[in-house]
Amino acid sequence: MLTMIGKRLMFAIPSLIGVVIVTFLLTRALPGDPAAYFAGPAATKEAVEQIRKKLGLDRPLIEQFFRYTNDLAHGDFGNSLTTGQPVAAEIRNRLPASAELTLLGLVVSIVIAIPLGVLAATRPGSWVDHLCRVTTTAGVSLPVFFTGLVLVYVFYFRLGWSPAPLGRLDVFYSAPPTITGFYLIDTLIARDFEAFRSALSQLILPATTLAIFSLAPIARMTRASMLAVLSSEFVRTARASGLSPATVIVTYAFRNAMLPVITTLSMVFSFLLGANVLVEKVFAWPGIGSYAVEALISSDFAPVQGFVLTMAVMYVLLNLVIDILYGVIDPRVRLEG
Amino acid sequence: MKRRDFLKSVSGLAAGAALPAAPSMISTAYADARSETLLIVSEGGPNNLDIQGVGTNVPGYEVSWNCYDRLISHEMKSGPGGVPYYDRDKFKPELAEDFKIDDMSVTFKLRKNAKFHDGTPVTAKDVKWSLDRAVSVGGFPTFQMSAGSLTKPEQFVVIDDYTVRVDFLKKDRLTVPDLAVIVPCIVNSELVKKNASEKDPWGLEFTKQQTAGSGAYKVTKWTAGTEVIMERNDDWACGPLPKIKRVIWRMVPQAGNRRALLERGDADISYELPNKDFQEMKANGKLNVVSLPFSNGIQYIGMNVTKPPFDNPKVRQAVAYALPYQKIVDAVMFGLANPMFGAAQDKPTEVAWPQPHKYNTDMDKAKALLAEAGYPNGFETTLSFDLNFAGVNEPLCVLVQESLGQIGIKTTINKVPGANWRTELNKKEMPLYTNVFSGWLDYPEYFFYWCYHGNNSVFNTMSYKSPEMDSLIDGARNAAATGDTATYDKDVKGFVDLAFTDIPRIPLYQPFVNIAMQKNISGYQYWFHRRLDYRALAKG
Repeated sequence: MLTMIGKRLMFAIPSLIGVVIVTFLLTRALPGDPAAYFAGPAATKEAVEQIRKKLGLDRPLIEQFFRYTNDLAHGDFGNSLTTGQPVAAEIRNRLPASAELTLLGLVVSIVIAIPLGVLAATRPGSWVDHLCRVTTTAGVSLPVFFTGLVLVYVFYFRLGWSPAPLGRLDVFYSAPPTITGFYLIDTLIARDFEAFRSALSQLILPATTLAIFSLAPIARMTRASMLAVLSSEFVRTARASGLSPATVIVTYAFRNAMLPVITTLSMVFSFLLGANVLVEKVFAWPGIGSYAVEALISSDFAPVQGFVLTMAVMYVLLNLVIDILYGVIDPRVRLEG
Repeated sequence: MKRRDFLKSVSGLAAGAALPAAPSMISTAYADARSETLLIVSEGGPNNLDIQGVGTNVPGYEVSWNCYDRLISHEMKSGPGGVPYYDRDKFKPELAEDFKIDDMSVTFKLRKNAKFHDGTPVTAKDVKWSLDRAVSVGGFPTFQMSAGSLTKPEQFVVIDDYTVRVDFLKKDRLTVPDLAVIVPCIVNSELVKKNASEKDPWGLEFTKQQTAGSGAYKVTKWTAGTEVIMERNDDWACGPLPKIKRVIWRMVPQAGNRRALLERGDADISYELPNKDFQEMKANGKLNVVSLPFSNGIQYIGMNVTKPPFDNPKVRQAVAYALPYQKIVDAVMFGLANPMFGAAQDKPTEVAWPQPHKYNTDMDKAKALLAEAGYPNGFETTLSFDLNFAGVNEPLCVLVQESLGQIGIKTTINKVPGANWRTELNKKEMPLYTNVFSGWLDYPEYFFYWCYHGNNSVFNTMSYKSPEMDSLIDGARNAAATGDTATYDKDVKGFVDLAFTDIPRIPLYQPFVNIAMQKNISGYQYWFHRRLDYRALAKG
């Protein structure tokens, strides 16, 4: 097992180096001149040059690159120009916000999508199957910001059930001391139940928005893979042996159908983490997605590089976890590993 | 899982999703906090708490304005619609308790009871250090100081602990006003020096993250891109104690949500909504919407006069007759702008800026002028705009494109990303574009010096050069400095007339700054920087 993990990590190194080089070059190739942008509206050519020098952008590209990698090696991701903060600290603060939202969205999605997929597969052509098809199609075809805005409009503006879409906590609550960075957990550790309630009620709408969007791949994949497994010979044998339908479906069929579902889950998770930019924008969520986009708009190199690098590392780790999970679910994978 | 169980669990989830935010959690302490707290929502927030820092953005100006004091500030007068409006010509002491303007210098007596947030008294050496810093750090602050002929540290002289003299380099009407803008704020020199380094002698890194001033508010928490929390400084000595105890400023990127927050009564003040929203909110009367013209600001269509076809004044005049002015004001600005076109033919030129020009939409005249210029069938060109302000710029450019098409000028619209806009302007290669310029100092010659003078600053986006224009602008500047009203009036009228005949840029309208607030918020003041002054605001 350990050798497998070690091997996997070794494989990740070249791709990380590639990511570092590509993001560095890509951000330099972006249109726009950060020096002119930050010199402000009234700047003269000299003022722009002064800023360029201050930012070190007057140096040759190769020197900038070595300086960048050297800083990276020391854990320094550089400073964001737009927010004025060190990128590493910003990502550290913002990643839990995105992760908490994404995980909750994913959990809600799984809780709905997997039973829905299983039911649809066991009764193909029935009303459950149609329901599954309709919900997933609707969920995936509505753009997330649209779903988000509709939810805000209905539950906040019209009905007033949901709190104001102002980020992770009501403005008059202070954030719990950071332990995990997940407010739901930190507030419980701090035994601040009012803040927990506030954090939870702030999370419901954005998490629902993400869940609606991610229903489709999970439910469809569950259904397809269940259908394939249910028509296989060992299920027929199990049924013929007189096992109860629940045992056949849950113990035999579902476990075997899970591998592709897990793969889909990992894809959906990483996809959501990066792509929930729009949800973050709609709900004023202080996550990394909105951070990266704002940085991109203002040609702010450091956060974009930091974001892409963090994402790359997360993908690598996620793939590792998935590989390990495979081994847990399917012993054959373990043997090959 | 049985079907029944499954449905139960699903309906349970649905009920959970609609968990209401119970009003019971509003305790009395919470309600008290609300009545003394101002919740502001806007799209963007500060990137730096110090205006003298590198690349501080416009929201950062607001923090500086409220958390730092300057030597002097402006009095208020009654502006359009009775809204308090800063008085360009009247100054009041702020950190200074008194000041005296002599022929070639101005002397400030400082308040003896003023203290920085950390309790150290504000003294003349802090003033000198702060002004030295403003003229030395480079970039925008230094540039702004130079607009008032404040360029050398030697100009700032410490007389004693509570007296400072600012020497004039030359006679310049803008020197004293330039000491009342945001940039020359007074910084706690001892505190900042302690946190400065060899690489950063002015401590810019330190003041970027925290406020080190003597102002009425201080930043207690700042999460970049998310929120700024400011608390009142109860020891503030430069004016009556502000009524608002705490300001929470949250960044809410979605304009629709900002409007919803206002209409539900959750937020107190919002900036930066689409004009359509402001217009609707004004009409339904539930909120207080203040719309005031940008002082010394104009949205215009610019043309690059160094290259054909726009090097020909007839072509520029043809374009000026072909623009759909009224449509732009109605359909793009929803009426929230002052027209800068279509003045009566016999209207005399005023000694004022902005003022409307005499062009109107007249397609026949435009066609005739274009034919006269040698382009009877028109030509092709590109029309560029800044995507950062796409809400206004995009529909505006579409209307212009459609209208110019009628006289045979075929335009392709070029959308320039915000980060790239300044670079593009600096290159001075775009043939046709729309842009907005607004000067802090509200003087005609200041605007013209930036936008029309042959020294070709970044705002002379047309690369317009005319010796006649330069002599008129320089004449007006000198006349203003020496108080020669007759020459000043003649030269101002002269350069306005010339700008309208030569028409290198075509003014469209004077935009409004729009702020929406709850009915119980009072005390809004319009400032040249167009940001909020919390010191005057009150709630309830």
